[in-house]
Amino acid sequence: MGNLLWIFVASMLVNNFTLVLFLGLCSFLGVTHNIGTALRLGLANLFVLVVTAASVTVLNKYILGATPFLRIIAFIVVIASLVQIVEMAVKKLSPSLFRTLGIYLPLITTNCAILALAIFQTNRQYNFIEAQVFALGAGAGLILALTLMASIREKLQFATVPNIAKGAAIIFIVAGGLSLAFMGFAGLLSGG
Amino acid sequence: MSGPHVAEMPAADVPVVAHPQSWRLLLTLGVAGGLAGLLIVLVFNWTRPRIEAYKSQQIRAAIEEVLHAPQRTDTLYLDHGGIATKLSPSADPSKVERIYKGYAADGGVIGYAIGASEAGFADQIVLLFGYEPREKQLLGIKILDSKETPGLGDKIQKPPFYAQFAGRLAPLLGVKGKAPPGDKRAIEMITGATISSRAVIREINNAVQRWQPLLDRYQRTGGTN
Amino acid sequence: MHEHCGSSAATISVAGKGPTAAQDLLKGIWKENPVLVQLLGGCSTLAVTNSVVNGLAMGLATLFVLVFSSLFVSSLRKVVPNEVRISTYVLIIATFTTLADMGLEALVPETHKALGAFIALIVANCIVLGRQEAFSAKNNVWRSVLDALGMGLGFTLTLTMMGAIRELLGAGSFFGYNVFGPRFEPWVIMVLPPGGFFTLGAILLWLGWWRSMRDRREREKAAAPTIQFHAYEAPAGPAKVA
Repeated sequence: MGNLLWIFVASMLVNNFTLVLFLGLCSFLGVTHNIGTALRLGLANLFVLVVTAASVTVLNKYILGATPFLRIIAFIVVIASLVQIVEMAVKKLSPSLFRTLGIYLPLITTNCAILALAIFQTNRQYNFIEAQVFALGAGAGLILALTLMASIREKLQFATVPNIAKGAAIIFIVAGGLSLAFMGFAGLLSGG
Repeated sequence: MSGPHVAEMPAADVPVVAHPQSWRLLLTLGVAGGLAGLLIVLVFNWTRPRIEAYKSQQIRAAIEEVLHAPQRTDTLYLDHGGIATKLSPSADPSKVERIYKGYAADGGVIGYAIGASEAGFADQIVLLFGYEPREKQLLGIKILDSKETPGLGDKIQKPPFYAQFAGRLAPLLGVKGKAPPGDKRAIEMITGATISSRAVIREINNAVQRWQPLLDRYQRTGGTN
Repeated sequence: MHEHCGSSAATISVAGKGPTAAQDLLKGIWKENPVLVQLLGGCSTLAVTNSVVNGLAMGLATLFVLVFSSLFVSSLRKVVPNEVRISTYVLIIATFTTLADMGLEALVPETHKALGAFIALIVANCIVLGRQEAFSAKNNVWRSVLDALGMGLGFTLTLTMMGAIRELLGAGSFFGYNVFGPRFEPWVIMVLPPGGFFTLGAILLWLGWWRSMRDRREREKAAAPTIQFHAYEAPAGPAKVA
């Protein structure tokens, strides 16, 4: 149990996927102009992460044992298919959500975070439960990073940003500040 | 849909067009997949020997270090819940766990080199340690793979930290600051990197706990000492 | 489905004729630099640039995947049906990523260990898929390879530069060789995650400043002749014709 708690806290805070491991930066840059969109995309990511973790556990156990070199291809195929399914499901279940997320849903496939999750859990040989907890933590961390960035950017619209810093430069500097703050989590659960 | 055909086909024929099309789609993907697989398998067979050679060279160098340059080493396998010198025919060589037994020049056993891999701060810390099961003494450790924070956690790979382990007794105890002089179990943890330090200590303790009964049984039932 | 990656690739074509071969090669290095201008491939850029060696290795690995993927995608562009276009591209890219992964592990095992999972992430790198969609799928093999080469070189140069900055400041070394001597207290934050963000932010700041300087110079150049014209009354028209 302590192990699971560490996996969750580590993937959410200590080794946050975006602010520490630099994964999922495309959506971090592109989708964080608005808190609502950021939150929704984060949730979509969380869902895909959890389902991917489950699929990868099955894949590793039954199929990839004999052919480890097909790992990358297998993972990317599974992720692409899952995103397609999620896209269709969202379209059917909530057309308004689909319209809001629009172009950002396919973006999840090329989100390095999903593929990275698959690779990390394979390297660390997580079992099914550990992988699920890992995915939940990672997804929660993504949501946290995305919404934090979005809230700051919304405020930034009313701030005087120097001309040369407008656009990506200020976002990266702010992200650096966030990352610095997250380093404070390094001592969390150090008894474990 | 392919350009030229769209102009010619009336809408009613669309279902007929779809059939050869999906056949073609599958063929394309199949051929692409087949070629990809072939290419990967070829390169895999070319690179595998080099990768294995490197890995075994690394292990050998680590064994040299943690067992203080043994004259020769034997590989022991964890097979069917017990330590054996030979693999049983049913065992899968790529999956079975190994430890290494080192002998001194006079034929006496120096100890066993045991591997461990557990989560540190950033990712798994893989290490090998030399162990003498009768005295429960650590002979030395070598970190094989760690992705700990540069400048902080990666100090576990530097001499002041890992050199401590030689001569310590299991189970180890991590202490902050200076270790009490007579305490043979104490390991001083790195300031600012207690998680990484603790991970190393915990890994070794867990491995010792796991292998001690197996080693005891092995030595009792005839493994030479 | 992957329109996102493609739309980010801003292909600036020269007015008049299409871009020359040289332009296709060179645009990836500066004008359309995949990291600094197109803002793609952020994951690899920040994660593996904590040293020169790592940045260089990742850049070259991505270059390899880019060039060979472009080669195959361009060769097959007329043969692959539209529906499975993206899937085939992803398959090709994933294949070469796997090859790069295995190759690195066999040839430079230490660097491979340092780069870890990020080599496999080349397949999710928007630069690669973006170039296939935006360029290789629509151009002949020669141009596609040049384009991929240019993008890959631009990527490698950027990564190496960032690696150099972070390693020099964060560890006091370059390519593993100690530069500043034993008394140097390394600015450790530079090789840690915040340092990655700050370094890229600083480079983009510098780029923004350079651009504003350039724009200002061009504005001044455009404004100047008008002033001159008013200062000197133009000579009488007929005299000029002669």
